[in-house]
Amino acid sequence: MKLKSEFSKEHVVSIKDFSVDEIEHVLDVARTMEPVAKGRKTSDILRGKILANLFFEPSTRTMLSFEAAMKRLGGDTIGFASADVSSSKKGETLADTITVCSSYADIVVLRHPQEGAARLASKFSSKPVLNAGDGAGQHPTQTLLDLYTIRKEKGEISGNKIGIAGDLKYGRTVHSLTHALSMYDTEMTFIAPQPLQMPKEILGRLSRDGIKYDQQQNIDEAVEDLDVLYVTRIQRERFPNEEEYLKVADSYNVNMKTLEDVDDGLIIMHPLPRVDEISAEVDDTDHSRYFEQAANGIPVRMALLSLLLEVEL
Amino acid sequence: MSEEKKTIKISPIKKGTVIDHIREGQSLKVMKILGLTETVVKDVVSIAMNVESSVGKKDIVKVENREIGSDELDKISLISPETTINIIRDYTVVQKKRVQLPERIKGIVKCKNRNCISNQREPIEPEFKVMSGEPVNIKCIYCEREMKEEEISENIV
Repeated sequence: MKLKSEFSKEHVVSIKDFSVDEIEHVLDVARTMEPVAKGRKTSDILRGKILANLFFEPSTRTMLSFEAAMKRLGGDTIGFASADVSSSKKGETLADTITVCSSYADIVVLRHPQEGAARLASKFSSKPVLNAGDGAGQHPTQTLLDLYTIRKEKGEISGNKIGIAGDLKYGRTVHSLTHALSMYDTEMTFIAPQPLQMPKEILGRLSRDGIKYDQQQNIDEAVEDLDVLYVTRIQRERFPNEEEYLKVADSYNVNMKTLEDVDDGLIIMHPLPRVDEISAEVDDTDHSRYFEQAANGIPVRMALLSLLLEVEL
Repeated sequence: MSEEKKTIKISPIKKGTVIDHIREGQSLKVMKILGLTETVVKDVVSIAMNVESSVGKKDIVKVENREIGSDELDKISLISPETTINIIRDYTVVQKKRVQLPERIKGIVKCKNRNCISNQREPIEPEFKVMSGEPVNIKCIYCEREMKEEEISENIV
């Protein structure tokens, strides 16, 4: 089976480039990758292939997960982990770096501090480009692993009541996730203090598309009949002073009290790293899924690498 | 014709392009978009600003001896969608049409997002996809940030 036949993308730049069918296909392939991702089976479908990890800003976890995904499939990796060691420090354009590095490897993974960097890279690269986060812009593999986790835990994505909590105003993870979920039949509840609520443009788009959503300020009240609670970090630097931050941060802590009246099937997700949003005591409950979610990054990235490199399973 | 005579303060031209119904105060930006502010332009260009018309005030730009192409003129719709174009030959209007918003915009507007890769030293021109015409809304193909009319007007290159 040629995997590419059902996946026409040359690059993975933004989740907005995906249709529901394409998302579902990636998630299907990811499921078949699970035994290899967990080390229960071995695979060498990417033997002889080289991945270039071009990380212009540090993101150790994302970089390691791409490296693990490539190596689990028998491939190899080259790359750098910060702009300090790349030629950009000498003044080279990103376009030139990409032109050169794409001639050294079979696939390019790019992390860059400027928005739109991956789209630019896709225009200059002779090989597929995978966006591993560009500034406050897109991080499509995060969104795909979020969707994979929901589908794996709940059977399907549609039909779920999904609460999204934290910094909804500036958080790129939640914007991409909201966009992706709006392509499915879900009910979304946005939980944030008023100054950090979802931007009006996004809410307007949801309304125009006939998507049901609700807005709440208090996590304890919102959580009661949810199927999924997606928690994100509230960043200290968004607040005028420490006192204001602590007031809000305190009310956005998920702990055992938050979980008193929740549905048995509620799962709690978080893109990690977490700070104070979820107490450690929640880790041992049946609700926590954030560590599984992080682990799901491997099969999802394996699926994308296989699809972009057009290999047979 | 009698309406024209009442409102146009500058004389008719023999040959060229009359850009009419430009939004009040936008004529200098229109000239910038069309490259008419460059010193190499030798044609006679006349501007009338804040001219009274039946639907309020408007600006007019006349370019003598040059028939400006539709593709170029359509770029004006970004900041002044009601603009009409008159091609003049021998003092007669031989073609009249309203500007139309193109599907893609390249190189006229820069992205409002300072952290967008298109605002860095890279070998690319800013490029936008037109999302809607009324009101005008465009989206940067790089950072996906959307821009409204007043933001577009502030970011003409």
